[in-house]
Amino acid sequence: MEKYTLPKADLPKFIKEMIGKNRVYAPVENDNVTLFKEINTPSNINLDFINSKIPPKSLLFQQTETLFKFIPGTKGKIDPPDLDDKKTVIFGIRPCDAKSFAILDHAFTGDFNDPYFINHRKNTTLVGMSCTKPGINCFCTSFNDSPAQSKYLDILLTDIGDKYYVEVTNEKGKQLAKDLKKHMQPAKESDTEKKKEIEKKAIKQITRNQKTEGITEKLDKIFENPFWKEVANKCVSCGTCTYLCPTCHCFDIQDESTLTKGARVRVWDTCMNPEYTLHASKFNPRPARTNRVRNRIYHKYNYYPKNFDIIACVGCGRCIDLCPVNIDIIDVVTKAGEVKL
Amino acid sequence: MKDNPYQPWLATIEEIREEVGGARPIKTFKIKFNDKNLQNNFSYIPGQCAMVSLLGEGECFFAISSSPTKKGFIEVSVMKLGKVTSALHECEPGDTIGVRGPYGNHFDVEGWKGKNLVFIGGGIGQAPLRSLINYVVDNRKNYGKLDIIYGARTSKDISYKQEFTELEKRKDVDVHLSIDVTEDGWDKYVGFVPNNLLELKPSPKNTIAITCGPPIMIKFVIQNLEKLGFSEDQIYTTLEMRMKCGIGKCGRCNIGNLYVCKDGPVFSHKQLKNIYGER
Repeated sequence: MEKYTLPKADLPKFIKEMIGKNRVYAPVENDNVTLFKEINTPSNINLDFINSKIPPKSLLFQQTETLFKFIPGTKGKIDPPDLDDKKTVIFGIRPCDAKSFAILDHAFTGDFNDPYFINHRKNTTLVGMSCTKPGINCFCTSFNDSPAQSKYLDILLTDIGDKYYVEVTNEKGKQLAKDLKKHMQPAKESDTEKKKEIEKKAIKQITRNQKTEGITEKLDKIFENPFWKEVANKCVSCGTCTYLCPTCHCFDIQDESTLTKGARVRVWDTCMNPEYTLHASKFNPRPARTNRVRNRIYHKYNYYPKNFDIIACVGCGRCIDLCPVNIDIIDVVTKAGEVKL
Repeated sequence: MKDNPYQPWLATIEEIREEVGGARPIKTFKIKFNDKNLQNNFSYIPGQCAMVSLLGEGECFFAISSSPTKKGFIEVSVMKLGKVTSALHECEPGDTIGVRGPYGNHFDVEGWKGKNLVFIGGGIGQAPLRSLINYVVDNRKNYGKLDIIYGARTSKDISYKQEFTELEKRKDVDVHLSIDVTEDGWDKYVGFVPNNLLELKPSPKNTIAITCGPPIMIKFVIQNLEKLGFSEDQIYTTLEMRMKCGIGKCGRCNIGNLYVCKDGPVFSHKQLKNIYGER
């Protein structure tokens, strides 16, 4: 780990340096909503945000992505897929969203490698920004994570007053830092202490806690419990929780074509949609909201841990903030843990 | 396997056989990959599946219904139900389609050597069983007694009629066909497949039972196999779900933590008893 400090006044130079050699995505404010957008100048960046409304997973696992193009019909042809190789930096990503990429790695690799995700991931360097003011529904600490942890980032910046404390965690980070070093000074012991202090303060501000201990085993025992009907009663199947979840990876594949050209595209899908599992025969294994809401929780807290030994939730709180009927995953999981057997 | 698992290989429909007509028609498509090398090297085991697509219409996951003992082509049997299957039913020999695979696990054709096999199929559920039956018949000396129990709604709804006729002529295979309701000229069993099974009473001794058909049929077949003394690790089924990717990524075909496309489609009853999840 290399540690530096960067004077705040030099941040624009630092970012310009990155823009020169990379496509840079950064938090940009638009109509009171913060989103990760491609930037051409540092002045567009907004660092006064809790988190982006749409998670930056959308940059690696795109909402709509062309798998390949083709000439449609029964005499058709397929164009070889065109993979995007552009070097990319995601600047300002939060530690929780960076962790979501490590979670998604499991889904998109394994027996079959997903070349689209893997390619974006390989070409993307994560330059994170610690949370010093976590949101009201943040709960990354429930997974023993911290709003200022560098673990899943290549480079992490932490606001320590008049300067940023910069941690370069790995080879990828070092590669990018080569060009940035001229703007930075080696960190002093006092800077490191200051970062720790800021981190402690940030952790203290997180008031919500999800009880996740033993949850995977507990869920094994309560699949048929009426608890799930209660939880699902108010769900309106809008899918917001899943579309805006940084770890949800479900997708649909559709052919879009005119008479002469077409493309096979994949788009985000959601297990909250009844059509998601509907067979052509009209049989539906998950016909009710109870089935679907339960599937969402089980996928994150039981199936994913069983398959990959990690809970598929990072505690970003988006699904709580944005659910139109206030389904709260912290309460749901904590209460599931308390269901009497 | 190529680098990009989403990119299908182009293939040509060689021949189309109408298995069943009427309101829910079934056709079998004989397919050859356009790349000869690929055709020669494409290997699969009964039970495995393929993603078949018509460019511009979409993709569907089908059991490969041919046996790998028949070289030089693959076959899939398709019931006309949705958008893609309807478009496939409009195809003609010579048309180009996309194929990727093979996907999923397979029947334990090696582990079942020396055992008696009972196949219990209904409707289009016969497609994966047909692959296994032809494989076993082509390697006849490796297996014990073979019983094929198959039923359809009416005699017109029976798939693979020609092949059943050929199998019925063999002395080393017992075929037990049935239809759901009585019909003039039908001298075989009338009634549902699970009942036919119960009356035939195959012995569970050194036997594996493999079933595929509508979910309701599978449910009662398994109940009846248990009545006949089959244990949960002597019963196998092959399942289907709505699927998009075929490679365990898109999410929708899960039963609990298992994906039917990747961890299935073949499951033992023992496995299914021990996982929860909607199916």
